[in-house]
Amino acid sequence: MSEALHYHFDVDGASFANAGKASVETKKLLRQLGVPPEIIRRISVAMYEGEINMVIHAHGGDADVYITPETILITLKDVGPGIRNVEEAMKEGFSTAPENIRALGFGAGMGLPNMKRYSDDMHIDTRVGVGTTIELWYHLT
Amino acid sequence: MKISEVARILNANVMTGEDKLDMEIHSACGSDMMSDVLAYVKDQGVLLTGLMNVQVIRTLLMMDMNCVVFIRGKVPPQGIVEFAEENGVVVLQTALPMFESCGRLYAAGLGKAEEGAEGINGEYGADDE
Ligand SMILES: Nc1ncnc2c1ncn2[C@@H]1O[C@H](COP(=O)(O)OP(=O)(O)OP(=O)(O)O)[C@@H](O)[C@H]1O
Ligand SMILES: [Mg+2]
Repeated sequence: MSEALHYHFDVDGASFANAGKASVETKKLLRQLGVPPEIIRRISVAMYEGEINMVIHAHGGDADVYITPETILITLKDVGPGIRNVEEAMKEGFSTAPENIRALGFGAGMGLPNMKRYSDDMHIDTRVGVGTTIELWYHLT
Repeated sequence: MKISEVARILNANVMTGEDKLDMEIHSACGSDMMSDVLAYVKDQGVLLTGLMNVQVIRTLLMMDMNCVVFIRGKVPPQGIVEFAEENGVVVLQTALPMFESCGRLYAAGLGKAEEGAEGINGEYGADDE
């Protein structure tokens, strides 16, 4: 994807209030680029879930958006604790979020399933103690 | 249903978005868990919630929803109202609890099959006609 447009965002793991800013910015960018609204919405929801996860589970990280005429790729990379059992984490309702996170409106265990539902392809690369990288792929053609 | 109608039915205060009360909405969702909203909400909806932080507004923006109702008489902090205003989101505030708020709107016809709103992947469309 050498000819791709590339946008980078630092996701601040220390600030719950700022979580989601990269997704809001990305949504604006995609609008300016004339990406169809239905695709923008799917990207926004999936990226937002991933961004929130990076903040509440993994001390933040990097969000990158790569755009070509054919595909959009979102990568969410953190050096957090990693996901011990991906299959379990992908189940609707599975969450390790503590009560203080639930009080903030997250921890329903719906984020990863939503990311899967609202992407064309999703890849999770995770190692306990090393970190997690998630790729969200969208095919425009 | 117009947003002004939602406000009337819920006896709600309009905290911001006076100029958008004529906007039509076709569905509603009540939840305090944002990922539930992100999973299930239909197009052009209103969110009823007891949760009160900036992520409520970001969740609406991600979903292209344009109205939030804060329930149980909680008054949103000015920062949240301002953030909503900057992004064109209507903020309503009602003293009613969640169950009654949803019940009133549903009884008035919001979100019923004939409105024909579909889920974001089209899988939550009317199927009981
Ligand atoms: N980036 C990550 N790093 C480490 N663990 C993660 C990460 N993302 C998700 N997890 C783990 O996977 C679980 C399920 O994630 P998911 O997003 O589906 O639910 P949640 O974040 O707990 O709740 P919700 O997304 O509904 O607010 C989390 O509770 C957490 O244990
Ligand atoms: Mg999550």
